[in-house]
Amino acid sequence: MTAVLDAPAEQRGPARRRRRARSTDEKVWATVRVLTIAFLLLITVVPFWYMIVLSVKPIQDVLLDPGRIWVTAGELSAGAYRAVFRSTDDGGQGFLVFLRNSAIVSVITTGATLLAAVPGAYAVSRLRFGGRRLVSGLFLVVYLFPPMILAIPLFVLFTRLGLRGSLVGLALVYVAQTVPVAIFMMRNYFETIPDSLEEAGLVDGLTHLGVLRRISLPLAAPSVVATGLYVFMIAWNEFLFALLFLLERPDRWTVSLGLSRLSGSIEVPSTVLMAGSVVLTVPIVVLFFVAERRLVEGLTAGGEKG
Amino acid sequence: MTTVAEASPPQRPAPRGRRRPSGLRRQESRIGRLLLSPTVLIVLAIVVLPIVWAISLAFQRARLLNIRRVGLVGNYTLDNFQRVVQADGFWSTLWTTVVYTIGGTIGSIGLGLVAALALRRPFRGRAAVRAVMLLPYITPVVAATFVWTVALDPQAGIVNAWGTRFLGWDEAIPFLSVERGHLLGVPVPTALLVVIAFETWRYFPFAFLFLVARMQAIPGDLDEAARVDGASVWQRFRHVVWPQLTAVIALLGLLRFIFTFNKFDDVYLLTGGGAGTEVVSVRVYNFLTASKDVGLAAAQAVVLALVLVGLIVFYLRAASRVEKAARR
Repeated sequence: MTAVLDAPAEQRGPARRRRRARSTDEKVWATVRVLTIAFLLLITVVPFWYMIVLSVKPIQDVLLDPGRIWVTAGELSAGAYRAVFRSTDDGGQGFLVFLRNSAIVSVITTGATLLAAVPGAYAVSRLRFGGRRLVSGLFLVVYLFPPMILAIPLFVLFTRLGLRGSLVGLALVYVAQTVPVAIFMMRNYFETIPDSLEEAGLVDGLTHLGVLRRISLPLAAPSVVATGLYVFMIAWNEFLFALLFLLERPDRWTVSLGLSRLSGSIEVPSTVLMAGSVVLTVPIVVLFFVAERRLVEGLTAGGEKG
Repeated sequence: MTTVAEASPPQRPAPRGRRRPSGLRRQESRIGRLLLSPTVLIVLAIVVLPIVWAISLAFQRARLLNIRRVGLVGNYTLDNFQRVVQADGFWSTLWTTVVYTIGGTIGSIGLGLVAALALRRPFRGRAAVRAVMLLPYITPVVAATFVWTVALDPQAGIVNAWGTRFLGWDEAIPFLSVERGHLLGVPVPTALLVVIAFETWRYFPFAFLFLVARMQAIPGDLDEAARVDGASVWQRFRHVVWPQLTAVIALLGLLRFIFTFNKFDDVYLLTGGGAGTEVVSVRVYNFLTASKDVGLAAAQAVVLALVLVGLIVFYLRAASRVEKAARR
């Protein structure tokens, strides 16, 4: 209500927006807003800061004063990282092998998903046939059903086929899970490419595949890259299927799985857990910040319409 | 979703004869199917067929040991379902799942909304803050749960260290292994609340992203006009911004509900399903790995899916009723 009293200041011309005195109501909310932003930063940054700090401290110092979230130059130690990376033969955790496995699974998944999803997205956005409805159906099936219901028969099937412990088998499951969402993300982008460009290609005698390869794909490259990164992130972060399919084969463990097994094994100090967590998280955070804007646009492209 | 009928009108090169368009159309749909076939094949083989098989397994006596003899068709029986429903903890697990799902859904959307509103007006460094806000969501789940586990640890964790030092707690609280605790004298399910808090923290960026995208589409003049008319900040939110958000919040509610209801790894990694946090997915996993009873696990998973479908139907009905009431 006080805003009404302040209103006369409005009448003064073009600069009014900036110079107008703010009402008490607005001042209160401005303070609330600053506090809220501070709180949000606190809950998003502090856990990661905590993770990094613990990973570079000796465990004795953590146990001595668990409440201290900074590290002095004197205590700085790479011991936890050494324990994480040393091979299991030398009494370490063998994370180099896990990193390699995760990289293999994620790269195969990303490659195969894009190989299937790029033509799929082109078809769905450009060609007139029942494709849209089909993709929406697949999308629903993949997302509506609990991964658990899928895990049971796949577990049995892979046991029978001898695919348990196979990184390619695991990647196959990831591809099936990510293709629909990849098509969904790229479809929106393909639709922003002007029809006329592709039609010109068709008139000039290119086939649909030729148009896709020579015209649409280069134009959609940013979206393809972002989608690829997103798929890579999903494959890198995944835990349930890795747990079900790779558990008996420690030499095939992904970083997520290997790290999760640390807490189950004999007394691994929390500093080592945190060092492992940093190793698992850093590649993803780096990838994310490289492609943040595109990723965010791609992910929410569907939501703006809703 | 858009169907073929709604697709943009054909603007292909001018057809010559009368049969040309249908020929082109046929060719187009053939190529379309061809391009989409790898996707369809892999999803059919790795998602759809296994689901059908899982449903069939739920009606059969199947253990991992005799699994070679169990096929798609066999001696169907309702035994597994009977055992699922009669097993100890079936109802409490279902209840836990519902509480966890509703708590996690409301929590993550609520916090996401608060974040989106707080970051609505530009300020210096907003882009950076926005990016940082997404950290919990993109971090691998194993790392995220480990940070929480370590931070909440009674001996070496920061939360208990600060709680006993600054907040005057009498003793350290093992947050993830206490089923019943007290908050201001009121009994609370401690571990379940922590798991819900984790869910809220990890997924608020998801809601935040969608809400920010929607808010950007709200015309600024509307807000400005309300301000000039003397509307308070709260009134402007309630009558200008909020009506524009209800549709996307309803969608988010549905998505988060489905995802949280099916969630396995968060709870499994935080508590292993102990201390009153056993959700249905974790239970299925235990049936599968501990007792190697594939049929029982499948039946439990089917029950999970059925309950989910039931709740979704209920949600959609309620949503459409609310929408109708709002329009009136």
